Amino acid sequence: MTAPLLEVRGLVRRFGGVVALDGLDLAVRRGTVTALIGPNGAGKSTAFQCISGVIRPDGGNVIFDGQDITGARPDRVTRAGLVRSFQIARGIPRLTVLENLLLYGQHQPGESLAVALLATQAMRRREEELRARAEAIAARLNLSRVLDNQAAALSGGQKKLLEIGRALMAEPKLLLLDEPVAGVNPTLAAEIARHIAHLREEGMTVLVVEHHMDFVASLCDPVIVMAEGKLLAQGSFESIANDARVQEAYMGRRVHA
Amino acid sequence: MEAYIVAMLVFAGFYALMALGLNVIWGLAGMVNLGLVGFFAVGAYASALLTTKLLWPMPLGWAAGAAIAAVAGGIMALIVARLRGDYLAIVTLGFAEVIRLVASNEIWLTNGTDGISGIPGPWRGDVSPQQFNLIFLALVWCAVGIAFLLLSRASHSPFGRVLRAVREDEDVAAVAGKPVLWFKLRAFALGAAVVGFAGALYAHYNAYIAPDGFAPLLTIYIVLALTAGGVGAMRGAVVGALFVVLLLESTRFLAQEIPGVTPVQKAALRESIIALSLILLLRFRPQGLIPERTRTHSRPGATP
Repeated sequence: MTAPLLEVRGLVRRFGGVVALDGLDLAVRRGTVTALIGPNGAGKSTAFQCISGVIRPDGGNVIFDGQDITGARPDRVTRAGLVRSFQIARGIPRLTVLENLLLYGQHQPGESLAVALLATQAMRRREEELRARAEAIAARLNLSRVLDNQAAALSGGQKKLLEIGRALMAEPKLLLLDEPVAGVNPTLAAEIARHIAHLREEGMTVLVVEHHMDFVASLCDPVIVMAEGKLLAQGSFESIANDARVQEAYMGRRVHA
Repeated sequence: MEAYIVAMLVFAGFYALMALGLNVIWGLAGMVNLGLVGFFAVGAYASALLTTKLLWPMPLGWAAGAAIAAVAGGIMALIVARLRGDYLAIVTLGFAEVIRLVASNEIWLTNGTDGISGIPGPWRGDVSPQQFNLIFLALVWCAVGIAFLLLSRASHSPFGRVLRAVREDEDVAAVAGKPVLWFKLRAFALGAAVVGFAGALYAHYNAYIAPDGFAPLLTIYIVLALTAGGVGAMRGAVVGALFVVLLLESTRFLAQEIPGVTPVQKAALRESIIALSLILLLRFRPQGLIPERTRTHSRPGATP
């Protein structure tokens, strides 16, 4: 059994008096599409924020690919190969789709001011590589026709696809998707599920937070259930769906037996 | 009249340089900076002191003015790292006032409110005042041209792309793998360097600088110039600077032509015309005279 790609141990995060994460443990194995589910307020989004470095945890550890990335800045987390998407699609509205994709490209020497002013050969060569990659990703996600459109002009579904596309540009080892099909029509949701399944076939590891149970059932194994800031249960979708504790967390406890 | 026009065009050049500098900090990186005149003063004082007290050659003094302003800008970026919007505006405004008060009170260094006089200018004294103005006109607009070319290049490079992303959404820029603070620091330093260079040139053009020459009104004019020209577009910064100088100066004559009003009323009318023009411009062209455009396009073959 190889070590998990991502391992979270005893993660704690408080907001004032509210304990959002209360010692969360979870692990994501390589090559899986793992789901993270749980009722509203279970702490899924906070867990995502802490893992991706957008907010700092108050305690616990995040180990990614053998590296301790607890509390690391988000740019470091991304460069380590753990890239997240945002729940409410946050395309940079006044950049085009192509520019949004290029933004997520790594190792671009042209991000140094001196190189940018000189427009060196290395910068232009890397820009061409990134551009080829962006065009391939756009083709795969059916975004080729809108490459030159501003991100603000995309439909809701296209924005969701752009979220995934941008994360792929950063060449991740682990993709963290925050509600990739929330508010998306069923046809497009199925298409997004197919895209994610293809990524898994190519060896990508994905951790998804999602409320759509059909989506989770068809795509994700294992499924991790959170409640009240902790791990509640994990296993296949069937075993989770039949777990009395999970039903209780979602539906509440029966008062009269 | 000709001398007046040349002098105004020289000033338009200073404005254009400052607007270009502000466009990096505010236009691209999205950090409000109402402390522009502070960086302008730092550049002016640095170059004036180095050339009069230490007798440095002028070009070195100008370079030093830009470099010292850049360092001040970098420090400023660290101080305001976590501030946005109104708070950033207040702190930067405060910075400019601090610079002005230091210049007024540190008499041993700056000669206080008496200011520094006898700042050398290129070939001043060897040529007629009108020729000097023309030399300076060429010098300033060469500087505008070079700054414009370099900053346009930076703006349309991967560096500029990251700055635009920082402007719109810092979290996304960070998740894209970009060290946000390092980008903000470089943007602030680069913009401040251009403004400081403008200040240095101004000191040598005017031959005399004093603290009251660096009042906040100048910052407001530059913010207006960039807003009118088009925030985020380098061409907009230059066009906006010319527009504001033209507006400020032409209304001087326009108000004189209005019959049957007293001089006091004429002065008030002039300000009304300026205000009305800007309001109309922003009402009907909120994106500015030259809206921001990015230049990255997909190749024709790539789109089916």
